[in-house]
Amino acid sequence: MVLEKSIDIYKENISVREMIEKKRSKHSFSKMIEKMIPRFLLLIAAISVLTTLGILLTLLFETIEFFKDVSFISFFTGTILQPLGPNAEFGLLPLLTGTLISSGIAMLVAIPVGFMTAIYLSEYASERIKKVLKPVLEILAGIPTIVYGFFALTFVTPLLRSFIPALEPTNILSPGIVMGIMIIPMVASLSEDALSSVPDSMREGALAMGATKLEVTWKVVVPAAISGIIASFVLAISRAIGETMIVTIASGSSKNFTFDITQSMQTMTAYIVEVTGGDAPAGSTLYFSLYAVAMTLFVFTLLMNMLARYISRKFREEY
Amino acid sequence: MHYMNHTQVQKRMSTRLLKNYLAKLLFLLSTLFGLVVLAALIYRVVTQGVHWIDLDFLINRLSTDPKKAGILGAIAGTLWLMAVVAPITLIIGVGTAIYLEEYAKKGRFQRFIQINISNLSGVPSIVFGLLGLTVFVRGMELGAVILAGGLTMSLLVLPIVVVAAQEAICAVPQFLREASYGMGATKWQTILNIVIPAALPGILTGVILALSRAVGETAPLVVLGIPALLIPLPDGLFDKFTVLPLQIYYWTLDSALVAEYANLAGASIIVLLVILFLMNSLAILIRNKFQRRH
Amino acid sequence: MGGKNMAAVTYSANPVEVFVTSREETATSVAGKNAVFSVRDLNLWYGEDHALKNINLELKENEITAIIGPSGCGKSTFIKTLNRMVELIPSVRIGGNILYRGKDILAKSYKVEDLRTRVGMVFQKPNPFPKSIYENIAYGPKIHGIRNKKILDEIVEKSLRGAAIWDEVKERLHENAYGLSGGQQQRLCIARCLAIEPDVILMDEPTSALDPISTLKVEELVQELKKDFSIVIVTHNMQQAARISDKTAFFLSGEVIEFDRTKKIFSSPADKRTEDYITGRFG
Repeated sequence: MVLEKSIDIYKENISVREMIEKKRSKHSFSKMIEKMIPRFLLLIAAISVLTTLGILLTLLFETIEFFKDVSFISFFTGTILQPLGPNAEFGLLPLLTGTLISSGIAMLVAIPVGFMTAIYLSEYASERIKKVLKPVLEILAGIPTIVYGFFALTFVTPLLRSFIPALEPTNILSPGIVMGIMIIPMVASLSEDALSSVPDSMREGALAMGATKLEVTWKVVVPAAISGIIASFVLAISRAIGETMIVTIASGSSKNFTFDITQSMQTMTAYIVEVTGGDAPAGSTLYFSLYAVAMTLFVFTLLMNMLARYISRKFREEY
Repeated sequence: MHYMNHTQVQKRMSTRLLKNYLAKLLFLLSTLFGLVVLAALIYRVVTQGVHWIDLDFLINRLSTDPKKAGILGAIAGTLWLMAVVAPITLIIGVGTAIYLEEYAKKGRFQRFIQINISNLSGVPSIVFGLLGLTVFVRGMELGAVILAGGLTMSLLVLPIVVVAAQEAICAVPQFLREASYGMGATKWQTILNIVIPAALPGILTGVILALSRAVGETAPLVVLGIPALLIPLPDGLFDKFTVLPLQIYYWTLDSALVAEYANLAGASIIVLLVILFLMNSLAILIRNKFQRRH
Repeated sequence: MGGKNMAAVTYSANPVEVFVTSREETATSVAGKNAVFSVRDLNLWYGEDHALKNINLELKENEITAIIGPSGCGKSTFIKTLNRMVELIPSVRIGGNILYRGKDILAKSYKVEDLRTRVGMVFQKPNPFPKSIYENIAYGPKIHGIRNKKILDEIVEKSLRGAAIWDEVKERLHENAYGLSGGQQQRLCIARCLAIEPDVILMDEPTSALDPISTLKVEELVQELKKDFSIVIVTHNMQQAARISDKTAFFLSGEVIEFDRTKKIFSSPADKRTEDYITGRFG
């Protein structure tokens, strides 16, 4: 506990304080920086707002042009989409059914599998098993959609056709299923977050009364986490509606208005890819139709995202 | 008189436990489903493509002859794209995060930007493609060049970097800021010298994840009008380019016509997945290496 | 600025003295010693919560003033007001005056960075930066514009010696500061504070997170530092206050109950509540 003999260094040295004083009086430049930085950063932060604004305005202007050529009602209720030729017709319904059916199939895969995976990971799996399985899900989530598209066209479709001979080489069923697989990790990880944020004390309370793990999960944990779980489902739907490459590759470009999942259908996203790919002359109705479809897509996904946020905020349980 | 009949309860207990066991099995099978699909996917891709990968495939340019076609141009384009996206998202992403976490008053405006970013992250990538087509390719008359593609991709992945940087900045403990202010440091000095260095691993992880998203994206670039067959290599920001996912897309589409295109697509997928795997490993490495000590 | 210019900087006998003589306004001088801080009618609210009530205190130079009182009495808030760190908490309102060397630091024109350069602070928990030991000490001088490597080296050594930790760390100046023990980290933080040669050092329960041996080392160090600095120390440990301080202020629910020489407070307190507290009847 003996302190080193204190040599009184402060008595005989340069005064740092004086040096600081001197520097400080010269520092008008740094004072200016201090003032400018927040403004500069505000400008940078505004870029994200500008992006949204850019998307909105771009879509809006061209969509307005589109509705000068095609009436609002015939667009949203038309069952015939025939963008080329002299008798061009722009009915959205074929694309809308294509989008909703493929998303519906995807949800039939993603929601049950993702939800049950979340329950397993949050309630049943040991730490060791989690350490293996979670990275697998992360890898699945990180695979580019183009790879899933390849997988759908060259593996899942042939596989399905060996069970369902009536299935066409391009159809909506196969990309729907693969889209669902792609979305499983998203549902699983968001739902798991919701489940594992339920405090253990709630589980312990039920377990101590002799409830089985399933009963605890089903009657205590899931109800407590329900808002987060449903929000994850809504986000998954939004993701499926906006997904492009899988359906573009594996579902073909048939614009039939049909509900037969063994047939080729086109989604809104695939339509945009097709039309931009075959250079539509700027200013044509075909060109503007791109933006009208994209606007519909944008509004759909935006509403879904807002709904998801509303659900998870509004019904958040206070633990 | 007892309301609880323990013999009854005991009798029912075995069915309850059986249910629990079956449910657990079902949940486990669901989880394993992902594993099975991953295995099938990798098996499918590898059997299709692995024997097509050789040095020539990696260093040859594109060609109409599948036997001679290589992906050097696509790899170069992918690297160029990263070179544009990385600095742009780093600066804008970190700047936005600093503004939101350190400067913005917690109020309506800050919430507005926050919600806007969260909405942007939910906008389908193809819509970003249309934005890029309208603003960069046609509006600024850049054409389908690297800069246009890079800017479009930067906007697309920006929310990822912003959110990651915000989390990293938020995780810098308040006592470090206090220590710095206590020495008479200004706010910006504190941010620059204390907050950013402490948050850097998290920020870099976010940037790498954003880059790997950009590297794998296809749809926006298709909309921009990236050509299917491009033989010259890109040489600068204003050159036309192609990237791996687009090559995979065109080869997959045409595999019905030319059987070997499926092999090319498979081989390119393997290369793409290896690149993504390496990037993700790097992100994990950074996260573990610089695990904060405070 | 080059090395030659630096050499021309005056070698003052005692930095405090230089400062005192250059001072224009002289605060009320009692019993020969100059007042460093004169706190007048200080009131502070956290939202609706009235945390400090009509505080009036004079803190003298080259003295150790201990602030004691039960937890939640406002003692921590009080010293954080002296370097305006309290402003980092949103919804704080302050009324009254705090004169530091005769100038009101609560005035809008007073730059808070200037204040904190003169009035250093040591925190409750050791909070070194996640940098090397050297960079921790050099941080303050660097942000204030001193970049000359030689001078920085000198400042680092001097500060570490001043905080009685030089011998323990001189072999590993470039290792991460988080490799040090808790007690060493706290002395490092004191050294970091010394590096900018403050006038006053505020210490907010500096030993509460330390083991007894480290505590004793820090206490001895504080005694040494008194020669060159004015020190305000918040402590919940009454023995510590009695051991090291010259003056003691007893705070109770936001008010100063008693402020006097430490000997007087601990031998014959004027207020019954002070007596109850120091004899352990509450708190």
